[in-house]
Amino acid sequence: MTLASLQYGQKGIIRSIDTRDPVVQRLMVLGLVEGAELEYLSSAIGGDPLEFRLFDNAISLRKEQAQHFTISLLSDGG
Amino acid sequence: MAKSSVTSVSVDEITVSRRSLGRIVIVGNPNSGKSTLFNRLTGLHQQTSNYPGATVEKHVGTATVDKIILELIDLPGIFSLGAHSLEERIAVDVILGRMSGTNTPSGILAVVDMTNLYQGLYLLQQLMGLELPMVVALTMSDAADAKGLRVDINALQAKLGGVIVCPVVGTTGQGVNALRQALAELPGSPPSDLPAFWPELNKAVQQVSVQLKGFTHRVEIERALIDGFSESEQDMLDRFRESDNIRLDEARRQLFGDEPPLATEARYRYKWIREVLDEVQQKTPPIYTWIARVHAWVNRPVPGTIGLFVVMAIVFQAVFAWATPMMDAIDTGSKAFGNFLALQVPEGALASLLSDGVVAGVGSVIVFLPQIVILFLFIILLEDSGYLARAAYLMDRAMRSVGLSGQSIIPMISSFACAVPGIMATRVIPNRRDRIATMLAAPFMTCSARLPIYALLIAAFVPAQSIGWLNLQGLVLFGLYLLGIFAGMLTALLLKVTALRGPNPPFALMLPEFRKPNLRTVLMQLVNRIKVFLRRAGTVIFSVAVIVWALAYYPRSGTVELELAEQQTIAEASLVGSSLSAALRQLEHQASADQLAQSWLGRAGQMIEPVFKPLGWDWRISAAVIAGFPAREVVVAVLGTVYAVGNEADEATLAQRLKSATWPDGSAIFTLPMIFGLLIFYAFCLQCAATLAVIHRETNSWRWPVFAWLYMSTIGYLGAFAVFQLGSV
Repeated sequence: MTLASLQYGQKGIIRSIDTRDPVVQRLMVLGLVEGAELEYLSSAIGGDPLEFRLFDNAISLRKEQAQHFTISLLSDGG
Repeated sequence: MAKSSVTSVSVDEITVSRRSLGRIVIVGNPNSGKSTLFNRLTGLHQQTSNYPGATVEKHVGTATVDKIILELIDLPGIFSLGAHSLEERIAVDVILGRMSGTNTPSGILAVVDMTNLYQGLYLLQQLMGLELPMVVALTMSDAADAKGLRVDINALQAKLGGVIVCPVVGTTGQGVNALRQALAELPGSPPSDLPAFWPELNKAVQQVSVQLKGFTHRVEIERALIDGFSESEQDMLDRFRESDNIRLDEARRQLFGDEPPLATEARYRYKWIREVLDEVQQKTPPIYTWIARVHAWVNRPVPGTIGLFVVMAIVFQAVFAWATPMMDAIDTGSKAFGNFLALQVPEGALASLLSDGVVAGVGSVIVFLPQIVILFLFIILLEDSGYLARAAYLMDRAMRSVGLSGQSIIPMISSFACAVPGIMATRVIPNRRDRIATMLAAPFMTCSARLPIYALLIAAFVPAQSIGWLNLQGLVLFGLYLLGIFAGMLTALLLKVTALRGPNPPFALMLPEFRKPNLRTVLMQLVNRIKVFLRRAGTVIFSVAVIVWALAYYPRSGTVELELAEQQTIAEASLVGSSLSAALRQLEHQASADQLAQSWLGRAGQMIEPVFKPLGWDWRISAAVIAGFPAREVVVAVLGTVYAVGNEADEATLAQRLKSATWPDGSAIFTLPMIFGLLIFYAFCLQCAATLAVIHRETNSWRWPVFAWLYMSTIGYLGAFAVFQLGSV
């Protein structure tokens, strides 16, 4: 399961990252590293880019990059 | 709490720092409240200038604490010292003392948003590697309280190796005095310690620094190991030898293996940060209020996008509806002033210069100050509240279709006020190609200086009737805005598939929570913008007005004056009362029109008339257009002069004059195709020396401003030509 497949209100924790894309590396600098928790908040019209909550702050990224983050679902996200 | 660490500074050092002037750089994440704090600390003792030889605005201010004068430098907001965009490179260069004309700062004021310690500590950690004296300002402590976030300041201070941490609320000034004290004691106090989060990196840096000469900072070596060199750091490369590169590569391979260095750095740093946060930060679960629910709903795709359009509609509505009374007042005032001046000096060249040249010319531009103030106010509010970032997010997909990313939206929205700050706002775009494409699209956005000519022509020639509940005049104006947007987007697309071809820019952006803009910060920014505008009106536009006046006034023809005197005598002999004064007025207008026709401006206009004749323009319009190239605002003033209405150049009479203007054969000049052609010419043509200058500054070349000018003028001409020719068939 990747970050791109989270549904509205669901939470996930990053397990592994495909780091080849430089934009993914940039996102890691912004805090999207293994162990970070993200909650899917919303998307723009057409489902892209996506918006997540990361440590109480909102971050937006495109689907293309979200697919490089493998996550596991957190149960309390429901 | 923070005061406990004051004792670590010895008395001797304090006496030294009292005499010396410390230079402190303010560094922090974007939206961390850095600028609010800077304004709070410096008050009005600040100025904006440029770094010598660079294209970058330098915000410098002074703060005085107990007779110690500190120089504070506000840097652009950054997330890390790895220079990613131009803004970040500038910040890093200033911090490391690499920017020409600056030295290594004597201390750092690190600004960390208490509600975003996670990202704030990342930058802080890198800054600590600089081994400079440092104070941390923990901002937004009120917002953190509201969110149920509690931070143990003492524990945090201990984790940071004893660096002083001052919680502040920039908007109210709470905690700022304690921060001031800490800053006063900063120069000369011991440097920050390195956090021991990644011993292998520290060891590698140490090894490399023994082998390499020419680096001044360990952080420079750290960045060289992690980022390598980008093309912008050419001067660093020059200090480098081939063998040094091999050494760096070796160290890099040992440290990172096959993983990208940046990814490894992020993993190490955030691991440390999570440990710190676990100890210093407590969170009580937030209470979901109805505001939060509304907020979440507003951010959903469809309501969010509709909201964006509603916000933009309100902005433009305000610009037109609210500004009108103020504009009328200024207009009346400036005309009264011109008439008053004309009465004080004897009739002749000086009176004409004062009333027709200076007051009419500069006045016709000052009239737009209310609109510009309102537009800038809204743009500053949108930016300060964090909404522009959300606009970028909502528009990313649309911008992708022209080869740009949502980040290009922010400069474009700013360009509705003025393309100059819009072009400067492109600095956040990481890739140079995307930056230039955005810069060349921005001047197409309908700026406030285009409004006068649009307003004049629309008021004169578009009937004030309604279609349903829509006003036709407003609709035409809206169409012109859309035309500008469309042309800008098309330009970006064309550039991105030709000269600036490259991959689609990425998009990754923090979306700051909606924040109530701080009145003080907003007002200070607004005053700054007004100052810039008035300075421009007082220099550039003033000069243009005087030059245009001189070209339209000289040389004086003796024969015209003789003829006027003759005609006046005849009229006085044959007419009486009101018909006499009407005839005399008519004669004077005719005489000034004749004088103008043989003036330098008139001759120049007649000379270039053949060029613009295919667009349906006579020599007067041609002359006004030529005069408008340095600054398009002057066009209305020039039209007022050349259509011989002089002092009475208020909109209604000028509009009347335009309506009745004819070719020598009696046919009307201002036909519908000609007017639409003229509007299109103004929508496209780049008549603004300031925009050209800023493109030159920002691209560091003449190639792009020259290209932009030729390109926009050509399509302006061709557009007007096509509309006139097709419409006149």
